[in-house]
Amino acid sequence: MFTSAFQTIWKVFLHMFQKPETIQYPEEKSYLPPRWRGRIVLTRDPDGAERCVACYLCAVACPVDCISLQATEEEDGRRYPEFFRINFSRCIFCGYCEEACPTYAIQLTPDFEMSESNRQNLVYEKEDLLIDGPGKYPDYNFYRVSGLELADKDKGEALNENKPVDIRSLLP
Amino acid sequence: MNAWSPWLNIFGVLFGALTVAALLIWVERRLLAVWQDRYGPNRVGPFGLLQVVADVIKILTKEDWIPPFADRPVFVLAPAVVMTTVLMSFALVPFAPGIGVVDFNIGLLFFLAMSSLSVYSVMLAGWSSNSKYSLLGGMRSAAQMLSYEVFMGLSVAGVVVLAGSFSLRDIVEAQRNVWFFIPQFLGLLTFLLAGLAETHRLPFDLPEAESELIAGYHSEYSGMKFGMFFVGEYLGIALISSFIVTLFFGGWLGPFLPPIVWFALKTLVFICLFILLRASLPRPRFDQLMAFAWKTMLPLTLLNLVVTGGLVLIFG
Repeated sequence: MFTSAFQTIWKVFLHMFQKPETIQYPEEKSYLPPRWRGRIVLTRDPDGAERCVACYLCAVACPVDCISLQATEEEDGRRYPEFFRINFSRCIFCGYCEEACPTYAIQLTPDFEMSESNRQNLVYEKEDLLIDGPGKYPDYNFYRVSGLELADKDKGEALNENKPVDIRSLLP
Repeated sequence: MNAWSPWLNIFGVLFGALTVAALLIWVERRLLAVWQDRYGPNRVGPFGLLQVVADVIKILTKEDWIPPFADRPVFVLAPAVVMTTVLMSFALVPFAPGIGVVDFNIGLLFFLAMSSLSVYSVMLAGWSSNSKYSLLGGMRSAAQMLSYEVFMGLSVAGVVVLAGSFSLRDIVEAQRNVWFFIPQFLGLLTFLLAGLAETHRLPFDLPEAESELIAGYHSEYSGMKFGMFFVGEYLGIALISSFIVTLFFGGWLGPFLPPIVWFALKTLVFICLFILLRASLPRPRFDQLMAFAWKTMLPLTLLNLVVTGGLVLIFG
């Protein structure tokens, strides 16, 4: 009965000679892996245009309803958000928006140091969210691979896309 | 000895005891952290030492709230009782020759009486808070303190038999040749465990038991009243440690260093042991605690007393 107690006491005592596990945070930083779910950004495609097509899927997927946006369209048929707002005081960093996004536009980054004294400052607008680069998927460009018809791109002109089938012809 | 020395002693002991108790909060947090591979409070001041000051400022400026359903006078009185009884016991501690407030010829009995009285503090606090968790904590502590009180008194009886006196200074002097922890090893063990239970420190902290009773008897306390219980607990650790040193480890006796330094060093070792026990041992169930007291410790102390008495009769 008591031997186990003495063993415990001795083993705990031996921890005195072990290095603490603590990372002294503001001076030392811990390693954050690239897939870490932190501050949300909106990325651009390799050509420098916004990736977001304002499909609302992120706003629908968001369990705390912290994403708000308004879709609009350019004259060539490209959709983009008129405004895009994330309320980070509500965001739970679950990453569902990133999973839902069909164009890799919304991405979570390994950064969590975003505390503010004023709650209102946690509401990020589109200009706060947009970054210059393509984020985790450097080569992806939605409009180049999708079959969507635009002013400067016809059906069948996208990457890996066949010409449309003429259903009125029997010839191959 | 001039006319000022009693006053110097009184305020020196009071100041010393309270400072040590406050510092113990920091010591305990740092030591627990070390044993759990952490750093503990290390930000405020050098080594985090000023954490104590920060805590005191915080606790003094906090709202001192008395719940409307509490029994007001008793509720206010309870924390004072624990501080008073523990500080009264501190008056007896023979720190070194010439340092110490009083020297009763029944010093040890007075200490036992005071530590019995401190149960009232916990019990009254639990009762007057008028809430179920506090009451449970108070009842537990009443039962626990009563059971452990019994063999605490018996465990030091062997020391008294060997020294032939209840006076703490005589007991220390009687250890010139051999410290009493060698002939009285059982007595030391039982006194240590009883002391743990008396101060309701962690393996025996059933009156507080934060995981089941929230904070037990001081659930409803806030501000400096809570602080009194808190400081009272640390004073209790220092007190029990200094009594272990006095009764079993030769008090101020020791070569080369001045007596007061020896006393402080030995006491510090036991304070660290108390904290180590807290860091390593889980809390027993209540029935295990009671069974342990009555079925194991009480027979052991009785055996120790009988054997010691017999040996002293034969050889002494």
